Amino acid sequence: MATQTATTSRRRKPLQLGGYLGLVLAIAIMILPLAWMFLAGFKERDEIYTVPIQWLPEAYDLSNYAAALAAVPFGNFFLNSTITTVIGAGLKMLLGLTTAYAVVFLEFPFKKFVFGLVIFALLVPQQIVMIPNFTLVASLGWINTYQGIIVPGLASAFGTFLFRQHFLTLPISILEAAALDGASHWTRLWRFIVPISAPTIAAVALISIVSEWNEYLWPLLVVDRSDMMTLPVGLTLLQNNDGVTNWGVLMAGTVLVTVPVLIAFFALQKRIIAGLTAGGVTG
Amino acid sequence: MTTIEDLQRGTDSAVAVAAPNGAGSATTVPARVFTPRKKKKPWKSWLLFLLFAGPNVALLIVFTYKPLLQSLYYSTLQWNLGSASAIPVGLGNYVTWFNDPGTVRVVTVTLIFTVATVGGGMVIGLLFAVLLNRKLHGRGAARTIVVAPYVLSGVAVGLLWLFVFDPNFGITAALLDAIGVASPPWYNDPHWALVMVIIVYLWKNVGYVALIYLAALQSVPRDLLEAASLDGASPVRAFRNIVLPLLGPTTFFLSITTLLSSLQSFDIIQAMTKGGPLEGTTTMMYQIYQEGFQAGRAGYSSAVATILFAVLLVVTLIQMKYVEKRVHY
Repeated sequence: MATQTATTSRRRKPLQLGGYLGLVLAIAIMILPLAWMFLAGFKERDEIYTVPIQWLPEAYDLSNYAAALAAVPFGNFFLNSTITTVIGAGLKMLLGLTTAYAVVFLEFPFKKFVFGLVIFALLVPQQIVMIPNFTLVASLGWINTYQGIIVPGLASAFGTFLFRQHFLTLPISILEAAALDGASHWTRLWRFIVPISAPTIAAVALISIVSEWNEYLWPLLVVDRSDMMTLPVGLTLLQNNDGVTNWGVLMAGTVLVTVPVLIAFFALQKRIIAGLTAGGVTG
Repeated sequence: MTTIEDLQRGTDSAVAVAAPNGAGSATTVPARVFTPRKKKKPWKSWLLFLLFAGPNVALLIVFTYKPLLQSLYYSTLQWNLGSASAIPVGLGNYVTWFNDPGTVRVVTVTLIFTVATVGGGMVIGLLFAVLLNRKLHGRGAARTIVVAPYVLSGVAVGLLWLFVFDPNFGITAALLDAIGVASPPWYNDPHWALVMVIIVYLWKNVGYVALIYLAALQSVPRDLLEAASLDGASPVRAFRNIVLPLLGPTTFFLSITTLLSSLQSFDIIQAMTKGGPLEGTTTMMYQIYQEGFQAGRAGYSSAVATILFAVLLVVTLIQMKYVEKRVHY
């Protein structure tokens, strides 16, 4: 901390060295397991079950990937994950935006109570309510359906909270101009507020997409047909099929699940990091 | 850091934010509502409010609040999931849980897992943040890499680490072998299995904590530190006496959010150990799943869920009360 500006260069040298050592160590801890997964995806059985361990595969062939794709319907998993993520995250954003707009810009006698109701939901873990929700979804005949996966988790609590925080910081002059224009609230939201809130919306959207994509417990409960499974649920089908884990194939499957997210993360890291930070540091 | 503050204050800050802008005549009305003639027909605004916020609130009522009460009711039943009949047993499920010899183990596992992941996460996260806050080449890339596991699927992370921990063919076995130590039985020993899932949880989530702390560190006023340095304070002292107190609100925020997510963790445990071996990694949250969906004892599961929710509520309220006094914003 203080070394940044306040120490002399004499003291800085060893501290810098220690800093770099720490940085390298941190990066190694983070990357090593991922590298291990990538490399294992290319390894033959005898390259995996060997002591001492063999780091690099002899050849980078894709037979484990072919085996993973043949063993389970990855195409379906991918499609199901995409559909539930796009629709789920999209509707969630819509609900968050309209609720935040209502809470900030519209009048209602029990506004504080309504906002409290939305925020308090953040304290209710999904697991506490999963049995009643499962019973409800089952009675609606929604087992093994997209609506069964999407609808119970659709409500927006955190998004509403973040959008509200952001709306409160908007310059009031723009909105007054819109009001004088005679624009309806619906138009004001979409023509004026959404465009100037684009960075916040993008950040929140990316966080919603990531969490929908990775959602595991609920899809695990409401889907038991493999063609309706999402990626995280389907991936576990590769685990322990015959009592012994075939690491090469399982790691190939794991690569297929993680790589799209990693690519998206590195491509959009600024926005995603902004989204993650938005929850913690809003003032 | 107004997050939690606002959580308690409700919409008060609407006034605080808008007032300097001179939101006109809005002295009695909440400052940001500026439909000029609203007093004539407030019902129009009310109706719009219902249209805008209604669907979200309805979903919350149907899928969060109603099931919360249902869960409370189910906890008084001896009822198997999917069964049409249920026997009311009053507090029977609670009595059974408190008297079950396995409960001590479940609570212990939950406590160890929670304390290790929340406490460990904050300590390691802060260390990472301090490291990433220094002017080092490549720290931007390092920040990205440290956060990357946080966006990955918990199932995928659990599975890939399962291979890392393979006692014969994994990385940990090779590293330990290099220093002449045999790999611990990560898969078969309940204590080592708990250590294993804690390590994996920390690996996945510590980047988030580091990121939040980093943002907070970057907002520490530099002249404060320079003044301290001119006064002859060592970097360590300056950190302890100036930086740490300023991080109070962030620590408070993280203590609540990481506690909530730690208590809800399921993916990693399900992918790696399924609560075993010998239930050594069965946390209360995992027990709720297992009792409800594996054993089918929905009533009993609901009782455990209710107990856990009550604990969660009390802990969160205590955190808020305690922090309100201690942390200065």
